[in-house]
Amino acid sequence: MARITRSLDEAIAPIADGCSLAVPRETSGAAMAATRALIRRGVKRLHLVALPTSTLQADLLIGAGCIETLETSAVSLGEFGPAPRFTAAILGGTIEMRDATCPALHAQFQAAEKGVPFMPLRGLIGSDLLPHRPDWKVVDNPFGNNDPIVLLPALKPDVALFHAPMADREGNVYIGTQRELVAMAHAAQQTIVTVEEIHGANLLRDPLLAAGTLPGFYVEAVAVEPRGAWPLPLPDRYAIDAAHMAEYARLAATAEGFAQYLERYVYEKRAA
Amino acid sequence: MKSARPETFRDEELLADVICRLIGDARHVAVGAASPIPATAALLARERSGGKPFVSLLGSRAHTFFTDGARELFDCAGQGRIDVFFLSGGQIDGEGNINLVNVGDYERPKVRFPGSFGSAYLYYVVPRVILFRVGHSRRTLVPKVDFISAPGGSPDNVFRPGGPVALVTDRCLFDFDRARRRFRLVSVHPGHNLEEIIENTGFEFDRPSDVPVTPAPSADTLRLMRTVVAPMLAEVYPQFAQSVFGVALPLPTA
Repeated sequence: MARITRSLDEAIAPIADGCSLAVPRETSGAAMAATRALIRRGVKRLHLVALPTSTLQADLLIGAGCIETLETSAVSLGEFGPAPRFTAAILGGTIEMRDATCPALHAQFQAAEKGVPFMPLRGLIGSDLLPHRPDWKVVDNPFGNNDPIVLLPALKPDVALFHAPMADREGNVYIGTQRELVAMAHAAQQTIVTVEEIHGANLLRDPLLAAGTLPGFYVEAVAVEPRGAWPLPLPDRYAIDAAHMAEYARLAATAEGFAQYLERYVYEKRAA
Repeated sequence: MKSARPETFRDEELLADVICRLIGDARHVAVGAASPIPATAALLARERSGGKPFVSLLGSRAHTFFTDGARELFDCAGQGRIDVFFLSGGQIDGEGNINLVNVGDYERPKVRFPGSFGSAYLYYVVPRVILFRVGHSRRTLVPKVDFISAPGGSPDNVFRPGGPVALVTDRCLFDFDRARRRFRLVSVHPGHNLEEIIENTGFEFDRPSDVPVTPAPSADTLRLMRTVVAPMLAEVYPQFAQSVFGVALPLPTA
């Protein structure tokens, strides 16, 4: 059952060096305050799984040297251009990349949710992704006739980490329609959530809210971190900080600029 | 507002109009990441036909009906419930293969792109995929892609109800013959010409003896785009809505 922790650092303590960490796409609620705290703590050798894509969160962790392996379908800064530290790390060969495609990652989390070893997926055959993913296998559909199909192994991250609008005192977390956060929590060994605020009543008692709630049963720790997705957006709460993203894109274009960014916005723990 | 006088328009407006016509009669059009011009076209198609088709913009709260998270787009497509989708590529070749991964060798790339997104699935299962690429040059339209994120065609025994129908660039419109896996030039955009297209295209393509000019967007289309569609775009593509249509940027705390 989830604990409401006193501090962000206490909540993220289970994210150990070398662990596999699942994070969601930018528009679903990325735990950016927690990400900055991880960088300050100096986490190392993470296997980051971004379901199914990432933007600033992956780029920051890569640039800060926290990532050993990255498993995702795409990393960019969206309207703000390419992700500079991701690009530099791939060109420099400093991280191991496991290129995926969005529905493959969703299917791999779904397999883990169901406790089955794999999930089949259409597409993929003839893509160069397949020969670079020895863990993905082509079989003949046992219910068909000469019908090749790809099987993808279940993906069980050590920890899932995301930011959500609110949790209650029991650790139930309101995620709204961002259902992939539920899939992440079901699949992961432990789930750590930061929230904007604590909701006074039990979320599961209200049938309208309960439908969009991840039960605290699946949650290890909750930390209250207002504007915890900043500078990224939180659905229905706040938009992306465009000026900040433009500044990041400009600074992170060089290693020196990125170091300045870390100094200014991560190590000094400046608020939004 | 009917006017016979040609209005001035931006390239983005012409391209959105071209894509809007390609969308044609569809029940459900979905638009993926980093696709502001296709998003403009999809919303325009909905406005021009009085609310049909359903439009799903990835990353939007206002313009999507999905409630099952990020995976619903892919599950919906897998069921055959998405008729039109849009893909692009760092490289696109003459057989319709698209590359969203890298230039050079995968282990030692010279250039890295963001990654394949949902292409290695959606290209196979969405019946009508419209390819879209600005920056039409021999660097982007190549004889053979360095990495196949998703192939333009598949062997007969591979499940493949979907694939490319057209390629829209900033210079011209091609359609795609799936049986022959080959592009055919349909029209050249105003201000461009055939010689320039041949010179800047890295792959061979078919063409009619007389190549028409792409029609300019009508005054009514331009009005719809600027007054109705542009404010909708600002939710997902604020930078684009501002630079192309002059829509004010939302406040970060909105």
